[in-house]
Amino acid sequence: MSAFAESEAKETFVLNLGPQHPATHGVLRVKLTMDGEYIVEAEPVLGYIHRMHEKMGENRTWAQFLPNTGRMDYLHALAFNHGYVSVVERAAGIEVPERAEYLRVITSELNRVSSHLLWFGAFILDLGGFSPLLYAFDDREHILDLLESVTGSRLTYCYFRFGGVYNDIDGDFVVGARAFIKRLRGRMPMYHNLVTKNIILMKRLREVGPISAEMCRKYGATGPVCRGSGINFDVRKHEPYSIYPEMDFEVPVYEQCDSMARYMVRMDEIEQSLRIVEQALDKLPEGPVMADKVPKIIKPPKGDYYHAVETARGSFGVRVVSDGSNTPYRLKLRSPTYSNLSLYGEACQGMLLPDALALMGSLDLVIPEIDR
Amino acid sequence: MNCAAIKQKLAASGAESVIETEYARKGFALDVQVAPEHLVAAVSVLDAEGFFIEAVTGVDWLGEQAALRKETEAKAAAEAKVKAEAAAAAGEEAPAVAVHAEQGELPEDVLEAVYDFNHYEYLCRVTIRTRMVRSKPEVPTISQIYPGANWHERETHDFFGIIFVGHPYLVPLLLPEDADYHPLLKDFRP
Repeated sequence: MSAFAESEAKETFVLNLGPQHPATHGVLRVKLTMDGEYIVEAEPVLGYIHRMHEKMGENRTWAQFLPNTGRMDYLHALAFNHGYVSVVERAAGIEVPERAEYLRVITSELNRVSSHLLWFGAFILDLGGFSPLLYAFDDREHILDLLESVTGSRLTYCYFRFGGVYNDIDGDFVVGARAFIKRLRGRMPMYHNLVTKNIILMKRLREVGPISAEMCRKYGATGPVCRGSGINFDVRKHEPYSIYPEMDFEVPVYEQCDSMARYMVRMDEIEQSLRIVEQALDKLPEGPVMADKVPKIIKPPKGDYYHAVETARGSFGVRVVSDGSNTPYRLKLRSPTYSNLSLYGEACQGMLLPDALALMGSLDLVIPEIDR
Repeated sequence: MNCAAIKQKLAASGAESVIETEYARKGFALDVQVAPEHLVAAVSVLDAEGFFIEAVTGVDWLGEQAALRKETEAKAAAEAKVKAEAAAAAGEEAPAVAVHAEQGELPEDVLEAVYDFNHYEYLCRVTIRTRMVRSKPEVPTISQIYPGANWHERETHDFFGIIFVGHPYLVPLLLPEDADYHPLLKDFRP
């Protein structure tokens, strides 16, 4: 038990963390009420990068909103692309050619690996270790080069279209992707030796920042946060979309509920994503990458539609309400980190400040996606 | 436990209607309409069944009543025309039909609060909707059942001005702290 829990708080002070703080990875502010080194209350203050994407959606046509999706979760932009095109395809009844679905999964999984690599580097940086970041960025650079060659951009991708993808991959991409998979598989043991088995990391993460399964449920936590709490929930398995049912992969689940469990989930997911990419490259069918008869002006029938995808941080859902016109009537974006962060206030009560920062890092925050 | 069983329980909790939707086309399994006073009961049913909260949001149905009236009038006019033509064909005098029958006050437009729930173990997405008039947008909070709803309700209050009665801390979350506007209302002008 902490010293805080034993003695009654006599004097507290308010500590302002952020909105410009290296540990908050962007413009997140947390108002902390402290009793010495222990946190009595934490209140995240959001909205510093709020752009009202949902209103923007109501002011432009269905297709014009596509680039916005890559500007929310800039680390896993392709999954956000995927969620939005899928819901519109569902609403308008557009069929997607098989090859396009394969390309979507290949690029999206590579993007997931790049997101996890960046998180890995930044998380260790939060804990005070500098060099793993350099190694992670070195590997991530290869993915960015690969994705740049096919999507045309390096970060805020807008590669998917209604009915397919906008560009086909070439032989160089396939060779490059296979070489990268081999390279990263060779590097993972090094990461584990250098970082995972490091005694300092273990002491910082093990049994620190507990998030129970019940807390996940009450706050709607998804992704690695809930899988680190023993909940086997992955939208790719739970509500299969695209070609994921044809892929053979596992969902890493850890029961410990601590920051280490969330760390291990993401490290294991890198390997699973590589497996998916490998299989998809093997099975990649020939054919068109865009459906033939996609109308230029999309007017989905009246009603509301929902589609969820698994991003690097959890379940991203889009609810659209169509009034039958060429612009959405309402566009709700359910972002995963928003729910994952909402449990932070409860989870870090009575914790030491440095441990609370480790917990924050283990949530893998992307602020533009929270604020939208 | 499956969706059909959940449907039974929700219907028993006082929901106005529980519709099983076509999942492949819509992306969710149950579409539940409840009155604001029965919302907490319906959400408690889902909580007891182990559902987790996905999101809370709103939809502004401004202009819906006018559109509905226009639709009924167009339908009545079309029917009258058919009748008149039939009468003319039979050589009779056209019956007098009042096309603009109702010119009274339009019923007030509504705001809708939409709650999305999902289950970790089996696939059953449940959407709960509750409607309230725009002049008095009040609905009980569910943050005592799902603490995660706290933020979602604050966000919905930011965007639509829906008041979640009993919410412990209904201050702007994403908008500036002094914001007195609700940008997702259809009559919002910046």
